[in-house]
Amino acid sequence: MTEFKKMGLALLAWALLITPGIALADQGSTVKAISARGELLCGVTTGKGTGFSTLDDKGVWNGMEVDFCRAIAVALLGDASKVKFAPLEFKSVIASLQSGAIDVAARQVTWTFTRDSEFNLDWAGIYLYDGQAFIASKAIGVDSALDLNGATVCVTSGSTNELNISDYFRSHEMKFVPIVGDSIEQNAANLEAGRCDVYTNDLSTLVSLKSTMAKPDNWVILPEVISKEPLGPVVRQEDPQFSDIVRWTLNVLIAAEELGVNKESVIQMVETSNNPEVQRLLGKSGEMGAKLGLANDWVVKVISAVGNYGEIFDRNLGKDSLIKMPRGASALWTNGGLLYPLPYR
Amino acid sequence: MTAVPISESPAWPAASDRAWRRLKANYFRNARDGMTTLFVVGLALYLLYLVIPWAILNATWFGAGRADCQQDGACWAFITNRFGQFIFGFYPSGQQWRVELAGGLFAIGLIALAIPGLPFKPTIGAFVLFVLPAVACFLLAGGALGLAPVGTEQWGGLMLTLTVATSVFGLSFVLGLILMLGRSCGMPVFKILSTLTIELCRGLPLVMVLFMAITMLPFFFPSGFDLNKLALTVFAMALFQSAFFAEVFRGGLQAIGKGQYEACTALGLGYWKTHYLVILPQVLRNTVPAIINNSISLIKDTTLIMVVGLFDLLNIVNAGTADPNWLGSTLEGYVFVGLVFWIICFCLSRCGESLERSLRTG
Repeated sequence: MTEFKKMGLALLAWALLITPGIALADQGSTVKAISARGELLCGVTTGKGTGFSTLDDKGVWNGMEVDFCRAIAVALLGDASKVKFAPLEFKSVIASLQSGAIDVAARQVTWTFTRDSEFNLDWAGIYLYDGQAFIASKAIGVDSALDLNGATVCVTSGSTNELNISDYFRSHEMKFVPIVGDSIEQNAANLEAGRCDVYTNDLSTLVSLKSTMAKPDNWVILPEVISKEPLGPVVRQEDPQFSDIVRWTLNVLIAAEELGVNKESVIQMVETSNNPEVQRLLGKSGEMGAKLGLANDWVVKVISAVGNYGEIFDRNLGKDSLIKMPRGASALWTNGGLLYPLPYR
Repeated sequence: MTAVPISESPAWPAASDRAWRRLKANYFRNARDGMTTLFVVGLALYLLYLVIPWAILNATWFGAGRADCQQDGACWAFITNRFGQFIFGFYPSGQQWRVELAGGLFAIGLIALAIPGLPFKPTIGAFVLFVLPAVACFLLAGGALGLAPVGTEQWGGLMLTLTVATSVFGLSFVLGLILMLGRSCGMPVFKILSTLTIELCRGLPLVMVLFMAITMLPFFFPSGFDLNKLALTVFAMALFQSAFFAEVFRGGLQAIGKGQYEACTALGLGYWKTHYLVILPQVLRNTVPAIINNSISLIKDTTLIMVVGLFDLLNIVNAGTADPNWLGSTLEGYVFVGLVFWIICFCLSRCGESLERSLRTG
């Protein structure tokens, strides 16, 4: 969510001023702490991120962020249930990481230069290429953001979304009238009541909003994505082994999709596959897991617990979910996307 | 005054006749009154006409997901399906009797206090104030005497809201009394300390106090030092709330005449006896409306604990509306939460009124 970003950063900057380096002084190894605790502490969205982290009727956590936490727990502890989810508002994510209240934040936090360089944090990769887009009623007959000159635009007040659209409209020499709202619900109500022509927010938010509207077919998401919102798991800089484990957990999920290894087939492929890449990935040949301090068959366990990246995406955001978000830039590089697994060798 | 013999007095008008006269006298005295009454009744009927088809006639009461609900009616299935979660949070289903028992004990205690003329009231009062909270804590948390431990991260929903509200109320009530006594006593050290605490706590936004307690406090402890989130939240809120209670009590204190202190001194009562026997009972009696007022705002403030990642009633309902299965049920969720909060606050204000009445006569 973007509306808290400004306020959160201000609070954090202030918080960091009064607590210089305390958190970094005697943290020790994250991996050791997790093993001793027998539980991974994973920061996720506060149960309000449809497709990212939600609670089902029985109080079980679901979503893309949640599955990614489970994957790390399997890699480290061999058990998808050994993870404790910490629901976090955006403004407390970075402080929670630094105070050691969580080990990793799989929460939607955009990877930016300032955050990476100022806060002693590491992004271990990118699991979703999100970006800001527009949703409009089909009735107004617009099919490109470039047709929006003079449009009224619903936007969250004080968010980076607001900064992004003014950049976008200025660079294309267009004008717009902002109609600000405080929340997604309020902006959606404004849009449906016709108080604005288009509503702008991150693509993942707009797609899930569209699926909840009374007549989803009456709305269209314009093709232009006007900002970059790369989302990825964040860890403290103190323990390189842990950030390697998180990075390679994400990476093997993507590699498994590329190699066609999925939840169903993974056990069988350990024995039957002749592909040397698959054999290395699944620990059939080589001693790859040990180099990270993990079991040699860690990838087999991870994939049989949560599936490969494609399965995680489809289940939570994509075609098997109610949201039906297109893969877009988060498709494999072989399918025209940006996901490019690093060589596992 | 001319006495009319009873036999000759006009017959009492029939009940319907009386009702009609009262109606006429109160609502249709003249044309303007009549128009106003008709307008207000018409508006109320129109609102009902708008709401009832959505809320009742076209509503769907049971179902496994939003897809089972009718488009143009309320989807109460969202509430009925997740009702247990809204009440108990993530409390293990086999252990929920413990929450019910704790709630039941409190209810019995409060009802016993409300019955006029019941003997042993001071004993019951002390039991509700001091013994029950400890029993309830033990019941909810468990971990001894064969009760399985249930971590506070599994608490949630209405149960969490009420737990936080009652424990903050109890703690801040006592703390507020202490701060009030400190501020109004003659010793400069206590006076300055209390005044500082009150002004500091009162001058900060509650959200910031909570944020500091949960997110910043762990920086000052060695890592791995596990601070209980719920306990931190309750203490932070109690500190905040006690500043308000202290000022409320001080207001009540100022209403008490100087003569009473002098009378106490003349009787040879010391500081504590003066306050315990004479001053505080009057302070509490004078401040009942303000205490109820603050308690109602305290209950509504509990919804702010969502900033620290605890799932109180509002937060857990809100989270439910993001579940892909129930997307689009925001309105139903808010209506439900609003209704529950309204009922709680209304009960509180009624309790306050009856307390005032009984204190005035007693």
